[in-house]
Amino acid sequence: MRMSKIVRTGSDLMYPFIFIFGWYVIMHGHLTPGGGFQGGAVVATGAALVIVAYSYQEVNAMIKKAILMFQESGGLVLFIGAGLAGMILGFPFFYNWLANSGSLFGMSVIPGPNPGELNTAGFLPLMNIAVGTEVWGGLTIVILYMLSGVEKEGI
Amino acid sequence: MIELLAHGLVLFGLIVSAIMVFYMQDLLAAALASGLFSFLISLEFYILQAPDVAISQAGIGAGLTTAIFIIAIRGTKRFEEGHR
Repeated sequence: MRMSKIVRTGSDLMYPFIFIFGWYVIMHGHLTPGGGFQGGAVVATGAALVIVAYSYQEVNAMIKKAILMFQESGGLVLFIGAGLAGMILGFPFFYNWLANSGSLFGMSVIPGPNPGELNTAGFLPLMNIAVGTEVWGGLTIVILYMLSGVEKEGI
Repeated sequence: MIELLAHGLVLFGLIVSAIMVFYMQDLLAAALASGLFSFLISLEFYILQAPDVAISQAGIGAGLTTAIFIIAIRGTKRFEEGHR
């Protein structure tokens, strides 16, 4: 069963903007309200829009469960790997050795009131990206299994 | 004063949407009214200066829960049997 043409065209038009807004919330997690979990939930909302609008066969052709499972596991591995990377270099677990180092996300914070610089905070943006990827995959796969459980019965 | 007015409007909308969920015979409309309830409560979180919680509520409550309800309606009948 699929929704009407109005719903399908609307979801096709809307979902790229929802994805971009979700990734904006993830990338600016260390500067503005929100972060990995919230941004991942917004991105999963965009995927849910497409899943609701189309039928089970069309969704199965568009979205692969194996990719989402890999995304979920990969996000968790990246999160733990970022924590363990400090231990290899002789620092405590989750030590933020990337901050103020001058490399990726390593700019020092500008003092005084300012809108904020994206290229700061060391590990925090990397962990937001890891959590965002993991929540995106996890919440999308929840809805995908709900759809396959409902529509496989042949109703 | 304007803040008090916004609180009153949002709380009134919450009560109205909750009553709509209870009285709708069309289950799809009831699911959408429950999504409206979630959206209004996320607006209330934003007025109470918790934008972090508001984004979570808008994503999980208004987005994903409504999607799961709509998918669940596909597995059953759309209209409730009229008892009242």
